Amino acid sequence: MNKVVKDAMEAIIDLKDDQTLMLGGFGLSGIPENCISAMVKKEVKGLTCISNNAGVDDFGLGLLLKKHQIKKMISSYVGENKEFERQMLSGELEVELNPQGTLAERIRAGGAGIPAFFVPAGYGTEVAEGKEVREYNGKPHILEEALTADFAIVKAWKGDKAGNLIFRHTANNFNQPMAMAGKITIAEVDELVEVGELDPNQIHLPGVFVQRIFQGVDYEKRIEFETTR
Amino acid sequence: MALDKTQIAQRIAQELQDGYYVNLGIGIPTLVANYIPQGMDVVLQSENGLLGIGPFPEKGKADADLINAGKQTVTYLPGSAFFDSSLSFAMIRGGHIDLTVLGAFEVTENGDISSWKIPGKMVKGMGGAMDLVAAAKNIIVATTHTDRDGNPKLKKKCDLPLTGVNCVKKIVSDMAVIEVTDKGFKLLERAPGVSVEEIINATGAPLIIEGDIPEMKF
Repeated sequence: MNKVVKDAMEAIIDLKDDQTLMLGGFGLSGIPENCISAMVKKEVKGLTCISNNAGVDDFGLGLLLKKHQIKKMISSYVGENKEFERQMLSGELEVELNPQGTLAERIRAGGAGIPAFFVPAGYGTEVAEGKEVREYNGKPHILEEALTADFAIVKAWKGDKAGNLIFRHTANNFNQPMAMAGKITIAEVDELVEVGELDPNQIHLPGVFVQRIFQGVDYEKRIEFETTR
Repeated sequence: MALDKTQIAQRIAQELQDGYYVNLGIGIPTLVANYIPQGMDVVLQSENGLLGIGPFPEKGKADADLINAGKQTVTYLPGSAFFDSSLSFAMIRGGHIDLTVLGAFEVTENGDISSWKIPGKMVKGMGGAMDLVAAAKNIIVATTHTDRDGNPKLKKKCDLPLTGVNCVKKIVSDMAVIEVTDKGFKLLERAPGVSVEEIINATGAPLIIEGDIPEMKF
C-alpha cells in the first residue's frame, strides 16, 4: 500500500473538469495551498467546490475563482472575497450557502455513511425552503442531506506514510470531516514522517480515510486579519 | 445619553455567570471579552475550533494556524482545546454553550432575528449564526436601537431574510435592555439619561413597561 505521492501535481493527476471537490480550511487558515496552486496550473474547470469560505481575491480559492474554474460553491461565509460576490450577484457563479454547522455535519455524515439527518438550524429561514420539517423534543427541525466529493483535499500539520494525520491549532477546522468524505482524499502536510513515528494516541484522523499524501512546499500561511495586543 | 459600543459590551458582560461557556459574534459582541468580571471563570468558544480563546497575541507572535471565527489572530490559554468544525457545532447544537451574543439587522417582538443578508446588496453568508441562534440556551443581541437612518431595528416583523425564529431572549442596545417575552418586548432598563418616551419612539413594536424603569448601572 503506497499512499505517498511526489507533489500536488501528482496528487491531482486524475482530477477532471466538472468534478466535485471538498477543500479544507477556515478563511485562509489550514487551506491546501499546494493543491490549489496545482489546480490553477492544471486549468481544470467546471468545478463544484465545497469549502467553508472562498478565499480572498488573490489567495486560496480566490485564485481558482479569478480564472473562472469554479462553477458552483457550497459554503457558509464568503464575505472576504469581492470577485466571489461579483460572480455570484451577476449569476456567473452558482452558490449554495449553508449554516456552518450544517455544512460541517453534512460533510461528516457523508464520510460516516449517514445519508441525511435533522437539525434545528435554518428552520423558518430560506435555508429550510423545500426541506422536510419534523418536530423533535418540541422543536422543529429540517432534513439535511450528506455531502460527499470526488476528491477531498485537506491540509494537516503532521502525517505519516499510512495517512494518519495530526492537525495544528485551529487549522483543523473543516479538514478533519472533509478527509472522511472524499472518494479520494488527498492530504498535504507540513511534515511527512515514517510509519511508527506518530504516537497513535495523538492521531486526529486515522489513515483509513486518506488515499494520497505528500509533504507540501513553500507554504505562505497568509493571515487575513493580523490582530495584536 | 445613548451608550457607545464599548458600553453596550460592558452592560452585556453583566449577564455573564461563573462557569459559562460563551460564543461571542463578530463586532460589538467580541468586545464583551474585555469586560469579564475579575475572578469569574468564563470560557469563550470560537466556532472554527477553539474552546478557551486567549487575548490577541503580542506583536510578532501572530500564528496563521491560530485564529478566531472573525479570522483575527488570537492565542490560547491553559486548559484550552482545539477541535474540528463538526465537533465545534456539536457543542453548539447539542446545547453545551450557555450563551451566544451576536449582532443583528432586525429583531422582532417574538424573538426572530435577521442578520446575514441584504438581498441584492450584501450576501456574505450566514456563517455559524443560524446554528448558534437555533441551539444556544440563551441568546443576547447586541445592537444599536435604530439603523443609520434612524429606523427602528426592533420591530414587529423582519423585512430582511431571517437568521432564526423565536430565539432571541434579550436585547442590549445603546438605549435600553429589553427582554423578549411571550407577550412581546419588555423594557427592563434604560441607558443613563435616556427617557422611556425616547425608547418607545425608537422602537418599532409595543413595549411592556411595568413600574419605574431603572437606569443601567456600570
